[in-house]
Amino acid sequence: MGKALSVQNLSKEFGGGGEKFTALDNLTFDVKCGEIFGIMGQSGAGKSTLIRCLNMLERPTGGKIIFNDQNIADLGEWHLPKIRAQFGMIFQNFNLLAQRNVLKNIYFPLEVARNKNTETKARARELLELVGLSDKCKAYPRTLSGGQKQRVAIARALVNNPHILLCDEPTSALDSSCSADILNLLKSINEKFNLTIIIITHDQYVANEICDRVAIIEKGKITEIKKIKNRKEAKDV
Amino acid sequence: MFDFTWSDLWSIDGDMIWLAIRETLRMTLLSALFAYLIAIPLGILLVVTKKGGIYQNRPINIILSSVINIMRSVPFILLAIFVIPLTRQIIGTALGSTAMIVPLTIAATPFIARLIENALLELDKGLIEAAKSMGASRLKIIYKLYLPECLPSIVLTMGISTITILGFTAMAGVLGGGGLGQVAFDFGYARFENAVLVACIIILVLITQIIQGLVFITYRLLNKK
Repeated sequence: MGKALSVQNLSKEFGGGGEKFTALDNLTFDVKCGEIFGIMGQSGAGKSTLIRCLNMLERPTGGKIIFNDQNIADLGEWHLPKIRAQFGMIFQNFNLLAQRNVLKNIYFPLEVARNKNTETKARARELLELVGLSDKCKAYPRTLSGGQKQRVAIARALVNNPHILLCDEPTSALDSSCSADILNLLKSINEKFNLTIIIITHDQYVANEICDRVAIIEKGKITEIKKIKNRKEAKDV
Repeated sequence: MFDFTWSDLWSIDGDMIWLAIRETLRMTLLSALFAYLIAIPLGILLVVTKKGGIYQNRPINIILSSVINIMRSVPFILLAIFVIPLTRQIIGTALGSTAMIVPLTIAATPFIARLIENALLELDKGLIEAAKSMGASRLKIIYKLYLPECLPSIVLTMGISTITILGFTAMAGVLGGGGLGQVAFDFGYARFENAVLVACIIILVLITQIIQGLVFITYRLLNKK
């Protein structure tokens, strides 16, 4: 299995001058192609900062992030949109555009991304079908339930054919049955497209449910990377 | 003693009032238009250069913000007198409703820039992060995210700003700016023709209600939130 992403000695400090706060302290790990990699920790452990460093929404203060044989931590602001477009990202609060209907939300990355992989709008409809919301294409986000919003967000995150899907607490705002549905959807997407997924969570259940491996992060340090019962091997046997 | 009976209204020169209404509407709407054309870029600039904004830039933000605060603290009637030389340069005269568009635009622009700023600040920071994560450039974040998502709120500012400009036009009337303000001043104040004063007030109230109503209906139609 190749590496989808390689993180080497990654550090992030906040606050210049006098008081410094170390959010991430010298993290090193690899994420393999096609795996679901969990990052688990309490709130304040640094997992949000970590996932934002992976697509350079936050600029690390030290270390490397190797993606497609390139250290993206070194790139200037000008090059980042192109790199970021190769990641998909979903969020705890869904972050749908309230003034656009469902279909136009999924078009949004096609309109804004500088990405050679940019797909046609037909792909948007396919994805809407994949997440089971074809009948809602003209609906506005305000009329959707939390679970439906997250499904739209997932379709939107996939429309640019990302190499890696980043998930920032994707089920924390949902009730348990919705959470299970979303986790199943992520699992099926992972299997169908062999898409690498990195998911951060504070919830042991989420980690056990879908992750292949989980990194435990405490106070900005990885204390352990453990294998969860390997879904893929079990399936292959 | 305020000497007025409702039947006096029928003796007013209708053509004069009608001309004044047209002048008032023309200078209000044109000033609003010009002010918005200048204020929208300024409002955007205020938001994006703020701390944590997508083009964070403290010096530009502080300078722009101070200039706007200073301009906003000059009362309209003094500003209108102060810019008379500029008005003469641009329009050729400082009198009449066309000339008044200059001070009205200058007075309304900083006020509207602040309203635009507030409308744009309503945008959830998470959406900016989401757009960035998709590979949106900063320019695209402005015209594909900020402006369309905040459009209903921007439309809503048009009620307050247009009505404020309408109020300014009445003051402009005292400086020979034409419109309902000048008719009310010349007849109602200088000649004690109270019927004209009452008529102008009623018409201004009606115009205000209509503007507010139109803006609100547009907002309701646009907003999907």
